[in-house]
Amino acid sequence: MKKEHESANFFSRLWKFFASIRLTVFLLLSLAATSIIGTVIPQNQSPADYFHNYGEFFYNFFSALNIFDMYHSWWFQLLLFMLTINVIVCSFSRLSTTWKIVFVKIPPFNVSKFRRLSNKEEFTSKRQLEDLRNKYEQAASKKYGYYRAGQTDKGFCIFAEKGRWTRLGVYAVHLSVILLLLGGLIGSIFGFEGFVNIPEGETVNSIILRKTDQIHNLDFAIRCDNFSVSFYETGAPKEFRSTLSIIEDGRSVLQKDIIVNDPLRYKGINLFQANYGMLSPEEITLNIMSRETGMVYKKKTKIGMPIVLPEGAGTFVIKEHRNSFIYKGIALGETFLGIHNGKDGSSIDIMLPLNFAGFDKMRKGDLNFSVADYDNRYYTGLQVTRDPGVLVVYSGFVVMIIGCFVTFFMSHQRLCVEVVKNGNKTKVMVAGTANKNKLGMQARVKNFSRNLAKL
Amino acid sequence: MDSSNLLSIVTFVYGFAAILYIAAWIFKKKLPGLLATWTALLGAMGNAAGIIMRWVESYKLGIGHAPLSNMYESLVFFSCTIAVIYLVIERTYKNRILGVFAMPLVFLSIAYASLSPNVNDRIQPLIPALKSNWLIAHVMTCFFGYAAFAIAFGISLMYLLACGDKKGKGYLLSHFPKPAFLDNLTHQMVTFGFLFLSIGIITGAVWANSAWGSYWSWDPKETWSLITWFIYATLLHARLMRGWQGKRIAYVSIIGFMAVLFTYFGVNLLPGLHSYAQ
Ligand code: HEM
Repeated sequence: MKKEHESANFFSRLWKFFASIRLTVFLLLSLAATSIIGTVIPQNQSPADYFHNYGEFFYNFFSALNIFDMYHSWWFQLLLFMLTINVIVCSFSRLSTTWKIVFVKIPPFNVSKFRRLSNKEEFTSKRQLEDLRNKYEQAASKKYGYYRAGQTDKGFCIFAEKGRWTRLGVYAVHLSVILLLLGGLIGSIFGFEGFVNIPEGETVNSIILRKTDQIHNLDFAIRCDNFSVSFYETGAPKEFRSTLSIIEDGRSVLQKDIIVNDPLRYKGINLFQANYGMLSPEEITLNIMSRETGMVYKKKTKIGMPIVLPEGAGTFVIKEHRNSFIYKGIALGETFLGIHNGKDGSSIDIMLPLNFAGFDKMRKGDLNFSVADYDNRYYTGLQVTRDPGVLVVYSGFVVMIIGCFVTFFMSHQRLCVEVVKNGNKTKVMVAGTANKNKLGMQARVKNFSRNLAKL
Repeated sequence: MDSSNLLSIVTFVYGFAAILYIAAWIFKKKLPGLLATWTALLGAMGNAAGIIMRWVESYKLGIGHAPLSNMYESLVFFSCTIAVIYLVIERTYKNRILGVFAMPLVFLSIAYASLSPNVNDRIQPLIPALKSNWLIAHVMTCFFGYAAFAIAFGISLMYLLACGDKKGKGYLLSHFPKPAFLDNLTHQMVTFGFLFLSIGIITGAVWANSAWGSYWSWDPKETWSLITWFIYATLLHARLMRGWQGKRIAYVSIIGFMAVLFTYFGVNLLPGLHSYAQ
């Protein structure tokens, strides 16, 4: 018996703990304060960088607390979990009261409560009771929707109200918080985030996951048909565009151009334009001009494949392709780097910048080289994600906006108009309450009363 | 005249309005107050005209986009929203003292945009990530929110001043509204700001999801806007606790605005996706 009592007691204490707003304030402030850490200490970098930047002691200390991936650490997730429990328990413990208020058949109404309000409006009218009753009922029903009129000892009174349901707005807000956290959880369990680079013309059917660097196979293949990039005059990028085809069972089932902000979605998987790059060229055609004879020779080559030069001048090999190259402080842009091995055993570094075809002439060698043609192929870099939680998160977004709007800008307003006979005149009292923005309600009561006086 | 010139003039108009509001407060005269309102109104209209002109200019340059894409443009929009919200409040509550706190904020924001060497006022083309209709919704809602928080900040300062003056004898404080009124107005501004900050964060998340496939990535600017959101959520709930009305709420509102400022300016010192804001 006693044990049972104790456990019930423990349970109710726990319930009270999680229903308290004090806990909410504590959790929200803790989340705000701890979130700062991750904006000051860069997240998810390589251990070597951290070790270098913070030294051994702090490296170990921060590692132990998961500071380097703090938004996914156990303690941060615990705070979020506590907030979820807090909001659920708190909402449940209050919902039954609110429910009873909102879904009442006949709204309760007590004239004397309104009489006691400090800021009620009063005026006298020369008209007769019955005359006013009709007009006032109409005014009340027009403004408030629900109204009820009743006889009193010396006259009548009208009770009107609206917005009873708005008391539920705050539950919508709290529900939305739960939806967001739930959606995030679903995404982190069932979703993935990865990337893949596809050269123009090629097809892939797997991607690399960001978190684990593992290969993930897709149910379909993606072909990059084309990639293009354009620039503003300032040199800033203007548009990246990839033409992608989805291939299933060897057949192309869908083709679409994607640009940043306009991804391709297929079977729950999203393909985003993330970056791009150049593939090193495979086939290069060189122009080789002899200073002595003035002859121009065309030669095809590949990177790393030596060619025998005409006129017995030795061999030449292209070592590498660079997307940018700086020579004596001057940016040459895209450049091939090669070596000319002369018959006499000499070896000369050759630079072939694509933007400056005559560059090698300035060397004044016996032969000068330039690039006549080469195959330049782009690859497109795609971000590939799947997140089945997005729908839940987005519905949380919608519910939150609507809920906040209802909670902040709408209220449950109740109004009472009491009219009593006073000699051959009538005395009118108008009073009202609202569950929010009391000052605004005061103004509304004043307005309404002024309108009634004019009738 | 181009929009930059117009907005430089608006800066001085706002500065003048701020001085008039302060003069009206110190000398307690009607005329400077009336002038202040009209000057502020003129400034706000010039400000709005400047924004529209800039929009048109960007189309003439062939790189048309809403003028909300960099630090300069957002600051100019920020001062315009504070000015408009303030003028609405002034009209609603028929009280000019708040202008003493609001108008200098308006002035500082646009002055920083126009005069600081760190802020580039050239119209720049949009980089691919910013080419989205969500950009407009995101920036506008965020700045509505920030503007409301800025005004809540001003009112909270007034509240603390009014409460500090226990005997109610201070010459400058004698025309202050009642603390209860200020407290209520702070709450109203915070709810307005909270709604718009929420929408701002949400539109940002939807945009991020359509641009690079993840609605939340804990980049510093995102995180700071969430920190701000947590602080104002704290404020909304703290009001429901006993012993937390009044002064403590005013302090939370001030801390919240510090977080807004950090989200806006401070984060550029940290690395992240939002570095475009420079
Ligand atoms: C991030 C999480 C939360 C958000 C965004 C949030 C949001 C809100 C908002 C916007 C209001 C309306 C305030 C007003 O009318 O001025 C509110 C009220 C309230 N919240 Fe929360 N809330 C959160 C978490 C919680 C938690 C964990 C609790 C648990 C105790 C809680 C309990 C309440 C209560 C009791 C009210 C007052 C309801 C009423 O006026 O009847 N909230 N909340």
